[in-house]
Amino acid sequence: MTAARQGAPGFSLGRFADVILPKLVITPTVIACLVGFYGFIGWTAWLSFTESRMLPKYEWAGLVQYQALFANERWWASMQNLAVFGLLFIFVSLAVGLIMAVLLDQKIRFEGALRTIYLYPMALSFIVTGTAWKWILNPGLGIEKLAHDWGFSGFVFDWIVNPDYAIYTVVIAGVWQSSGFVMALFLAGLRGIDDSIIKAAQVDGASLPTIYARIIVPSLRPVFLSAFMILAHIAVKSFDLVMALTGGGPGFATDLPSIFMYQHSFTRGQLGLGAASAMMMLFTACAVVMPFLYSELRRERRG
Amino acid sequence: MKPRRLTLALAAACAFSLNAVAGEVEVLHWWTSGGEAKSVAELKKMMSAKGHTWKDFAVAGGAGDNAMTVLKTRVVSGNPPTAAQVKGPAIQEWGGEGVLAWLDPVANAEKWDSLLPPVVANVMKYKGHYVAVPVNVHRVNWMWVNPEVFKKAGAKVPTTWAEFDEAATKIEKAGFIAVAHGGQPWQDATVFESVALGVGGADYFKKAFIQLDPKAIDSPTTIKAFDTLRMVRKHIDKDAPGRDWNLATAMVINGKAAMQFMGDWAKGEFAAAGKKPGTDYLCVAAPGTDKAYTFNIDSFIVFAQKNKDQKATNDFASTVMSPAFQEVFNQNKGSIPVRLGHDMSKFDDCAKKSAADFVASNKSGGLVPSFAHQMAMPPAVQGATQDVIASFMNSNMTSQEAVKKLLAAAKAK
Repeated sequence: MTAARQGAPGFSLGRFADVILPKLVITPTVIACLVGFYGFIGWTAWLSFTESRMLPKYEWAGLVQYQALFANERWWASMQNLAVFGLLFIFVSLAVGLIMAVLLDQKIRFEGALRTIYLYPMALSFIVTGTAWKWILNPGLGIEKLAHDWGFSGFVFDWIVNPDYAIYTVVIAGVWQSSGFVMALFLAGLRGIDDSIIKAAQVDGASLPTIYARIIVPSLRPVFLSAFMILAHIAVKSFDLVMALTGGGPGFATDLPSIFMYQHSFTRGQLGLGAASAMMMLFTACAVVMPFLYSELRRERRG
Repeated sequence: MKPRRLTLALAAACAFSLNAVAGEVEVLHWWTSGGEAKSVAELKKMMSAKGHTWKDFAVAGGAGDNAMTVLKTRVVSGNPPTAAQVKGPAIQEWGGEGVLAWLDPVANAEKWDSLLPPVVANVMKYKGHYVAVPVNVHRVNWMWVNPEVFKKAGAKVPTTWAEFDEAATKIEKAGFIAVAHGGQPWQDATVFESVALGVGGADYFKKAFIQLDPKAIDSPTTIKAFDTLRMVRKHIDKDAPGRDWNLATAMVINGKAAMQFMGDWAKGEFAAAGKKPGTDYLCVAAPGTDKAYTFNIDSFIVFAQKNKDQKATNDFASTVMSPAFQEVFNQNKGSIPVRLGHDMSKFDDCAKKSAADFVASNKSGGLVPSFAHQMAMPPAVQGATQDVIASFMNSNMTSQEAVKKLLAAAKAK
């Protein structure tokens, strides 16, 4: 190798291996990303400025689709639902996951088995989760009927058929699915904390809750960041869960932007409007994630 | 060198399949369930008897959303199948794209104009030319009745919406659910459609929901239709949201509920449960609509093919319209043949009644396309209308508000 590198300019195996090969290897991925990701974002953006109906058309039409979108009541209902669902889903999952991780971290017996049980829901597809919870929450089949059969005839739990509360059933199913996974993340973080700091705190006479609140949880900051990012993107893309659980109903009480986008683009022949809603989803996601990422990454760089 | 040769071979293979041999028909459909698949096999047999090979292009999944996406990509890439299952105003949209073939030679030779009711023929034509072939007729404005429940409650099968309210109240007092319903937007729209037709009659229905005439929409009749829908809503059990239509049908079958408003595909559920029409269940027109008929028709559009003669396409259309296929297919699917004057002796009583009403309403002007099943409105308007009805069903919106929203929906683009 060295001999080749010192040899005459032109083709050399060493130069090829060091300089060209890595570029060659990475090129397909870069191209795939540019085309498949940024290319299609650009295409969607272009479509959102046209009057495309059933098939794409490429004549410029200005902001008509955005005007139609902002005048659309159902769009605002779905954005509101996303806000409610997204916030509750992320924070409840984080809280439940953290609590489970802390409890599991007390050197208990059967930890391995419990961990598997908690983590297991993540192995299911959202379609399965949605369908199962649809039955569990259905007043005629699930929890409410069970309570009635046990003699609590006044028991009412009909959120899934109540337009005002249906969105919270989506939160319940989503949290059930994801909190085990968040727990696994936190547990790994907890195990990564240096024991000697905790021992030192104990020597200083700090109680266990104080140790958790002052030392352990703050040092889990990077785990919070990763968990937040993953949960946020699950929340934005959750389509299958809602489709299986409520189908966006009752009425469109649990409609999310992703469902809005799909229906208008692909079943209602309003491709332009669907593209506009997709762009708005992209902007929303950017608006939420960008400042957060920016501040976190800057903090990291500073040390 | 090797990869390049492979690419070349692949490209050649692709090019070859683009110019498939004449005499092959490729048909996109989503009839994948039991009875439907059997009917498609029948069609396949008939086509091969005419010397054509059949290439199945079945895309599973619901009401064909997936299939439509696949179809669009195929058409955009210049490689459309011979025919695809597309219905209602979507036929016009495809016609507007300029990709369809004309079936006029077959249609003229077989006199489709006299075989089909004019309302139906108009749906199949783009600018006066046949571009689609109808397969069947489903009646949508049915009310499925469990007579046993009516007898136990001492109620009479209603023929008007006032009688309906009375009967439903009696049934509920006797401890049954009056109306089995699935609270999904399309089912809400199906009920509303029957209510509006019963309240306003066929002429009003045509003006308001087919011509989308703002004056007809913004009228006391529409307000009355929504008031009536509110009354019907009262007689639906509270667990309805999200329920599938066939589960609602099962409630009528096993005597938990007395009635269901649903198209005649529901008959398949009764048949599968071993029930006999006339004794175990009744099929009657929804209150106030016995002189009218809302139809839902499946059809195939045919595509213009590059460098190919159209013989296979024409033979396909002719086979679909043939009495033999129409009979076999519709017996399996629960619908009736689209040909006027078809011999109905092999069909059940509900189908016979449906066929008689189809002919009669064609003469009296009561034959109207169903908007809840994408036969009347452009998809955007239909979707927006469905949204209004669904949110009316699931909120305390007043009828006046609903009418205002319906007006806005009619202008959706």
